[in-house]
Amino acid sequence: MRHIISILLENEAGALSRVAGLFSARGYNIETLTVAPTEDASLSRMTIVTVGSDDVIEQITKHLNRLIEVVKVVDLSEGSHIERELMLVKVRATGKEREEMKRMAEIFRGRVIDVTDKTYTIELTGDVAKLDAFIEAIDRALILETVRTGVSGIGRGERVLKV
Amino acid sequence: MSANEELTGAEIVVRCLQEENVEHVFGYPGGAVLYIYDALFNQDRVKHILVRHEQGAVHAADAYSRSSDRIGVCLVTSGPGVTNAVTGIATAYLDSIPMVILTGQVPTHAIGLDAFQECDTVGITRPIVKHNFLVKDVRELAATIRKAFYIARTGRPGPVLVDIPKDVTAKKAVFQYPAEVPMRSYNPVLKGHTGQIKKAVQMILSARRPMIYTGGGVILSDSSRELNELVDMLGFPCTNTLMGLGAYKASDRKFVGMPGMHGTYEANLAMQNCDVLVAIGARFDDRVIGNPADFAKHQRQIIHIDIDPSSISKRVKVDVPIVGDVKEVMIEVIRQIRATDVRPDPRALADWWKQIEEWRSRDCLKYDRSSEKIKPQYVVEKLWEATGGDAFITSDVGQHQMWAAQFYRFDKPRRWINSGGLGTMGVGLPYAMGVQMAHPQATVACITGEASIQMCLQELSTCKQYRLPVKVLNLNNGYLGMVRQWQQIEYGSRYSESYIEALPDFVKLAESYGHIGMQITRPADVEGAIREALSRKDRTVFMDFLTDPAENVWPMVQAGKGLTQMLLGSEEL
Ligand SMILES: Cc1ncc(C[n+]2csc(CCOP(=O)(O)OP(=O)(O)O)c2C)c(N)n1
Repeated sequence: MRHIISILLENEAGALSRVAGLFSARGYNIETLTVAPTEDASLSRMTIVTVGSDDVIEQITKHLNRLIEVVKVVDLSEGSHIERELMLVKVRATGKEREEMKRMAEIFRGRVIDVTDKTYTIELTGDVAKLDAFIEAIDRALILETVRTGVSGIGRGERVLKV
Repeated sequence: MSANEELTGAEIVVRCLQEENVEHVFGYPGGAVLYIYDALFNQDRVKHILVRHEQGAVHAADAYSRSSDRIGVCLVTSGPGVTNAVTGIATAYLDSIPMVILTGQVPTHAIGLDAFQECDTVGITRPIVKHNFLVKDVRELAATIRKAFYIARTGRPGPVLVDIPKDVTAKKAVFQYPAEVPMRSYNPVLKGHTGQIKKAVQMILSARRPMIYTGGGVILSDSSRELNELVDMLGFPCTNTLMGLGAYKASDRKFVGMPGMHGTYEANLAMQNCDVLVAIGARFDDRVIGNPADFAKHQRQIIHIDIDPSSISKRVKVDVPIVGDVKEVMIEVIRQIRATDVRPDPRALADWWKQIEEWRSRDCLKYDRSSEKIKPQYVVEKLWEATGGDAFITSDVGQHQMWAAQFYRFDKPRRWINSGGLGTMGVGLPYAMGVQMAHPQATVACITGEASIQMCLQELSTCKQYRLPVKVLNLNNGYLGMVRQWQQIEYGSRYSESYIEALPDFVKLAESYGHIGMQITRPADVEGAIREALSRKDRTVFMDFLTDPAENVWPMVQAGKGLTQMLLGSEEL
């Protein structure tokens, strides 16, 4: 099963490698990992998307909690939550494809953020399925480059992860 | 000294050690730590023990912790000093031993430039420490060292490393040792959940075939007294793992021996056939429960008490998990049992004991006592007799380790010092040094093999320098015995590279270091030799026992097999 794990950790050098090292040392899977400081600069917020059985996920959260610099861990997928990912796609945009590409971006509520006479760079935000769907929808041969941030997640409503 | 006087980083390090009441530091100098060595030179409260190899320093500090209520500390230089220490750190980590390792680092401005004797210490040691720090600012040095000691000894203990660049040891700051170091991200749970404890007590009191299984956690939390009380008030059988020997007194009938790969027949059968298994400070290690699928096939309810939530339901599903300090939890369990009149059904318990005694009567540890050759088991038995069962025993890794665990019957905790988790050959002699430093008056014996002893042999020189009167019992079978045993059983007796040729003359070797060397070749001389060696109270004695090369450790549960599928002797091969 796919799980989204949110972690609050001390914003200290090396904290990221402790988390990453834990996953590789114990053979856990990382699909995406994002991290950045929070409004409190002494804390970082990390979102990890991982896949594993319930037993494995239980071990992952326990081991994350064991890391000295980890303040809090929640499995967002245990309750209602929102996930978003940002993708930048650079595509070949010439001739009649130029118009078509713009139209597709609009359908997916993307924005064209950089333009040359031969290319567009499209910015797209959404959950993983939406970004995947966009890639499927356009002609693959036109894709020059894609960059994805990985998933960020947050609980819905009053569900808050805070110190 | 006035309140605001500034000290150098090196002086701060030494002051921190003094504040922590550290009496001994095991170490080895080098460029990056010379300021610290200079600061050590200028005081006499913290004594430094100069080893002959950094691995020895870490093992000695580790054993200092294992055998006492103090924390072992070691100090090594950057680069090769650190890489030499790695084996020792991993050894302590796998057995959850509290320890503080101070390492020198190249100056902050040189970090990352492949400087002379630079290595990424924090990176190399990250997976084998409870935590580590790189101190880049001298003003953070004292608080960081304070944190290191705090983290090492609390919760599930473990080694903590502090990496200190050379320039940080030269710079100055006001010294202030914080009384507390609150950490929002680190708050170990001590008290067990009351509801869970209640459930556990009910389960214990309604057990018909109970079994108490304890590990290193009982030793680490100093709760041997509570364990003895619990077992004695209930009259339940008890087994201690390799890491937990001595937690319950081995001389009592209720002790059924060690469980696991080389555990006793009765302990393994009781582990499998009990209806309630109470696991305390133990982690269902693969060497203890054998094949987990086979283990789980046997129906029983399991209570698991441990300080580390990640140890619970890691390898075996349990029914009543209790996260907490095993000492506090046991105190509460005992209190609740006292508060009720309910007791386990005495007839059921008597029947269970009858069954266990029947298993015990197989006498699974028997060996040939009429042999012309020295049997290694016999040496350990005689050592046990000659020391009244009251010595500190260290061992290396191999057959001799198992014989020591099986035949030296430990009645007290912290007397049996060995590498259970990592299984590091070479620990025996430095372990004995660490124990002897912590207990100068005690009898300390190292039971080793001719292969293991050669992995940290250089420490004989340290024994000489500090007059450490450890007694080395080399059970010399001329083989990598444990490897040979596996090859005999699982690889068609093809003894690939398990024979050690070109052994030194251990007697001369010991003598060349200024110690007493003895070689014992006949069973009749074993006891006399041990007694003579023990009488040389102020000397290091190396006893080289030429033992039966064909002897194997029994019982044996082969890797991957179920606990009850035990081989009991060579006749079964
Ligand atoms: C550092 C290290 N290398 C290799 C091993 C694998 N190993 C385990 S036991 C053993 C043989 C030990 O021989 P010896 O010290 O003579 O003891 P014996 O088994 O003969 O009693 C070996 C090589 C180990 N445990 N540690």
